Amino acid sequence: MKIHEYQARQLFRKCGIPVPEDVLCYTVSEVEKAARDLNRMVVVKAQVLVGGRGKAGGVKLARNVEDAVSAAKQILGMDIKGYKVEKVLVADAVDISKEFYVGLINDRNSKTVTLMASSEGGVEIEEVAKENPEKIIKFHINPLTGLLDYQARDIALQLFGDIKIAQKATSIFKKLYKLYVETDATIAEINPLVLTPDNEVLAIDGKMNFDDNALFRQPEILAMREPDEDELVEIDAHSKGLSYIRLDGNIGCMVNGAGLAMATMDMIKLYGGEPANFLDIGGSSSPQKVIDAMNILLNDKHVKAVMINIFGGITRCDDVAKGLIKALEVISTDIPIVVRLSGTNAAEGLELLKQTNLPTVSSMSEAAQLAIELSNNLIFTPHK
Amino acid sequence: MSILVNKNTKLLVQGITGRDGKFHTGKMKEYGTNVVAGVSPGKEGLILDGVPVFNSVAGAVEATGANASIIFVPAAFAADAILEASEAGIELVICISEGLPIQDMIRITPILKQNGTLLIGPNCPGLITPGESLVGILPANIFKKGNIGFISRSGTLTYEVVNLLTLNDFGQTTCVGIGGDPVAGLYFIDLLERFENDPETIAVVVIGEIGGDAEEQAAQFIAEKMTKPVVAFIAGQTAPPGKRMGHAGAIISSGSGTAAEKIAAFNRAGVPVAKEPNEIPELLRQKLQNR
Repeated sequence: MKIHEYQARQLFRKCGIPVPEDVLCYTVSEVEKAARDLNRMVVVKAQVLVGGRGKAGGVKLARNVEDAVSAAKQILGMDIKGYKVEKVLVADAVDISKEFYVGLINDRNSKTVTLMASSEGGVEIEEVAKENPEKIIKFHINPLTGLLDYQARDIALQLFGDIKIAQKATSIFKKLYKLYVETDATIAEINPLVLTPDNEVLAIDGKMNFDDNALFRQPEILAMREPDEDELVEIDAHSKGLSYIRLDGNIGCMVNGAGLAMATMDMIKLYGGEPANFLDIGGSSSPQKVIDAMNILLNDKHVKAVMINIFGGITRCDDVAKGLIKALEVISTDIPIVVRLSGTNAAEGLELLKQTNLPTVSSMSEAAQLAIELSNNLIFTPHK
Repeated sequence: MSILVNKNTKLLVQGITGRDGKFHTGKMKEYGTNVVAGVSPGKEGLILDGVPVFNSVAGAVEATGANASIIFVPAAFAADAILEASEAGIELVICISEGLPIQDMIRITPILKQNGTLLIGPNCPGLITPGESLVGILPANIFKKGNIGFISRSGTLTYEVVNLLTLNDFGQTTCVGIGGDPVAGLYFIDLLERFENDPETIAVVVIGEIGGDAEEQAAQFIAEKMTKPVVAFIAGQTAPPGKRMGHAGAIISSGSGTAAEKIAAFNRAGVPVAKEPNEIPELLRQKLQNR
């Protein structure tokens, strides 16, 4: 789960990491008031759940209230990588001597929370990693001890040189680690962490993501969720035991298992089609799950054909067939549906499907090819 | 021969009285797996399917000598169950439960290491040594005894590919589903090493997917350390960045973890990567002929 920068700043403040003053605004007049109240140079920053806001023109420096108003007019409503900007943060633009980077991630290889820090702040850390990997300090934190004082201090000293300043940064690193572990985060980044001319260390931008698997014990984090339209469909699907992600193509697919679902999408693409979605109905599939899944697929206006690919293990093919038959009783559709059932109770499932006239095939490659063919036919003969 | 499990494996089931635990205990017994005990706190004394149930793993180990454990308890309690097994001296723990918080896995990892416990999973279908022992939820009828080692991050894709192997007369030594979580127990390299050292295994099939760099590390290991041929498939070639494709670990983040990078790494290591699952048996045949 992702949160906005303004929410990350709230979490930082709460745990004692120094963050400049800011105001969240939804309208130009709110921005005008905020800039007037702050009464100094401000930054107007688009609040969208996607990176690269600066490059897209979503972050602007404003010397006075007029500047802030004109920045707000440009940024509010703009589109950043498909996300519409509905709110901006008006933040105190502090004077900066130097920019740094500090971030925490879960490292898959060392199986630890890993702290990354760099004197190259303010740019994307991936770029630093590519161009100047030696400029990134990486430290694997022992989960049994947590980040210790001397470890954090050592890293801070490498970045800041001066011990008095380093001690301020040490405190920030430790607070960030505590926040990270306590909130089940999967990334916590301060970029940039800045040094001001009067030797203050401040977080002026923040990013945090959280572990979906841990949201059950993080009610405070869950309350921060602001899903967009696509995510609402995904969350609704999730509540029905389905894992669904909308894509740009027109072949809807329904599969059991995430790996097989990805392989199905890949196969559609391999044969020249475009998958409309990723949809995993999960391990034990009751007929109801199949009905819910078909509802999602057939309600997607872009879907021109559906490919059902089931390899029964725990999932029983006859359950899938029953669900499918029920679904088609409730939902009337002209969209062609190709079915491939294999594995547990496939013969029983295929027998049940005989009453439906749905085309059935025995391999996933045949299913993909037929679904693509039928999706094309539908475009040429819409009244079929 | 085989890796990790065989007919001498004495299996314990944690969460044996739950819906899934109960069902799969029956399936595993039916296959011939030596299920010696179950654990379900508060249910000690119960006999389920001929399997005695205990309150604790330590109690079950003492009474039955169990040396492997399979876990079906809900995700919120699964890390605790893994540690209980580890502290009771179980050597091999297979965690089927799905949805464990990553921090739970990070916290238990050093303790497992200290105790020398091998963990498979979480969020995995388990493993099988055909003809000897099924420790997991895999559909037994598609497997066949033979010489191919098999490692996969995915469940149903495993079934799809194993079925193709069996139909093409490639039986398997051991098939391991390592699970789709970002922080998990044994990974590709750990298992490749075991297959390399297993005299029965003549070749290995690796099924990877997007996210992380375990496949790249596997490729490097194969190039440097393996003498046996390896064939691979990578799922998620069309997956968009930033979206978690079902598995918590299957996500392309910051442009890394893409299928293209993994395929390139395998190709550099001399490992052919199938464009679709159908191609795997043929690639395997070619590799084995060219030896």
